[in-house]
Amino acid sequence: MTQFFQQFINGLSIGSVYALMAVGYSLVYSIMNFSNFSHGGVIMFGAYFGYFLLTIYKLPFSVAFIGAALLTALMAVVIERVAYTPLRERKAPYLYFIISAMGASIFLENIIIATIGPTFRTYPEIFSKTPFKLGVLSVGRLDVLMFVTSAICLALLIYIIEYTKIGKAIRATAYNIKASALMGVNTNVIIIIVFALGGFLAGIAGVMFGMKYTVYPQIGAITLKSFIAAVFGGLGSLQGAVVGSILLGIIETFTAGYLSSQYRDLIAFALLIGVLVVRPMGLMGKATEDKA
Amino acid sequence: MNTYIEGILILAGINLMAVLGLSLLTGFTGLFSFGHAGFMAIGGYTSAMLSVKFNCPFIPAVLAGGLVASFFSMIIGKLTLNLKGDYFCIATLGFGEAIRLILDNVQYFGGARGWPGIPNSTNIWNVLAFNIIAVLFLANLIRSRHGRNLIAIREEELASQVIGINVFKHKMISLMISAAYAGIAGGLMAHYMTFLQPKMFSLVKSTELTIIVIFGGLGSISGSVLGALILTALPEFLRSVSQWRLVFYGLAVIFIMISRPEGLMGGYELTPSSLKKLLIRFKNRSQGKVKGLEGGNK
Repeated sequence: MTQFFQQFINGLSIGSVYALMAVGYSLVYSIMNFSNFSHGGVIMFGAYFGYFLLTIYKLPFSVAFIGAALLTALMAVVIERVAYTPLRERKAPYLYFIISAMGASIFLENIIIATIGPTFRTYPEIFSKTPFKLGVLSVGRLDVLMFVTSAICLALLIYIIEYTKIGKAIRATAYNIKASALMGVNTNVIIIIVFALGGFLAGIAGVMFGMKYTVYPQIGAITLKSFIAAVFGGLGSLQGAVVGSILLGIIETFTAGYLSSQYRDLIAFALLIGVLVVRPMGLMGKATEDKA
Repeated sequence: MNTYIEGILILAGINLMAVLGLSLLTGFTGLFSFGHAGFMAIGGYTSAMLSVKFNCPFIPAVLAGGLVASFFSMIIGKLTLNLKGDYFCIATLGFGEAIRLILDNVQYFGGARGWPGIPNSTNIWNVLAFNIIAVLFLANLIRSRHGRNLIAIREEELASQVIGINVFKHKMISLMISAAYAGIAGGLMAHYMTFLQPKMFSLVKSTELTIIVIFGGLGSISGSVLGALILTALPEFLRSVSQWRLVFYGLAVIFIMISRPEGLMGGYELTPSSLKKLLIRFKNRSQGKVKGLEGGNK
């Protein structure tokens, strides 16, 4: 029973970081209707920004954390302007967006390899490794940080989307981009805001993954998990992305804990196909034709 | 022939085989797949198993690889072809990665460490023969009733359903042929490299294939041929700047998408008859207007 709760807590903390990535991906999907495969590259840059702000500029942790997130948000917006805006203006089919996103992702990964090098880098130790004790359970400090930060960020995001004017505009744009433009929503600005929000969360996720594991150019591959989580929960639905991510995190840690860590990724992909077969719109998604 | 050049040509031919299959699926049917490396892996491992463990001759082994890949694609197609847009593409992505991860754990095939000792039977001539047959088959398929149905589905799925095309069935046929091509490519690769490792069939490989198809031009077979030749040879010439190679590659992909998304050939074909037309137009222009008027009166 102890092991069960232990795995549950680990799954919760990793799942909450998946949620940060999946939400950014899902936001873009809900408005532009394509899979943003460059999201992984953006997360990788977040991890590197955090690393360099901490080691070279020796900034205090909280400043570096926010700074990395802001830089990553800027990065996501730049990618949107360079790789997607020209396509958007030409009303290109979604295929071209995906290819452009793949190009961006190849570029981001390899520019790091070419300039900084493919070596693994470890974040400086910010938190002591001694875990908190909760009765028989032990919870790593980093895990707590990951869960709390993610929860705060997600709550803020949902507040923005549901209760502010900008959020209303984002929802309207996701519902029908043309009609919202006619109603006076500046959809260009909305798209930039969406990429900035997604990038900000990606930056936070990147720094936390960097701290938990190490920083290396292929770290963006981890976003595959967030794609799975987003599909799992229903593409384009934010709540779905969060629920899907947390479920995926828990299922993964349980597989690793009770079966073997070799099967962890396999289960994740099998789950993806299984969900698509049984419930193609995901757990909380609506029918495929209309968007959240 | 210089063995180095020959090696590049064989690799280009193997890539071309898989690219032709993907071209049918993406270029002519409008379905996006990120799992073709998975089909290549199935074809490669099947044919290698047949020739190593059962002493099967080269050509039947490779063809069997294609068949098995096609069979797997039928299963995955049954499950996912009804899904719209990105869902199919993400499902194939999951499938491709799942195949790789399964192969990582199958000790019979050497697991993640790889599987050496496959006979070296692929050479420039049989690759060439496979490619010629593949191109001829595809070119004829595209011009058949089936091919026109596929193009109709690509252009407007709903409308083609309304006029009575069985969309699901035709997508399925397209996917199965496409997977068979990828499987044969995998078999050729296994017998050229004489070594297989699941890592060779990662998402990167699938992405590479898709990029070649787009680069050559969606809906153009000759574009795919040119694309496979150029994009396989290009990295070899860029060896000296190897670190920056993929940086430029990524930039080039974005650049093509925002400046010339129709790719190299832009849906046109390079066939003997189109070449002749081009030649005639060229001749007419050089001989002045008289000839042109005569042509118009006919």
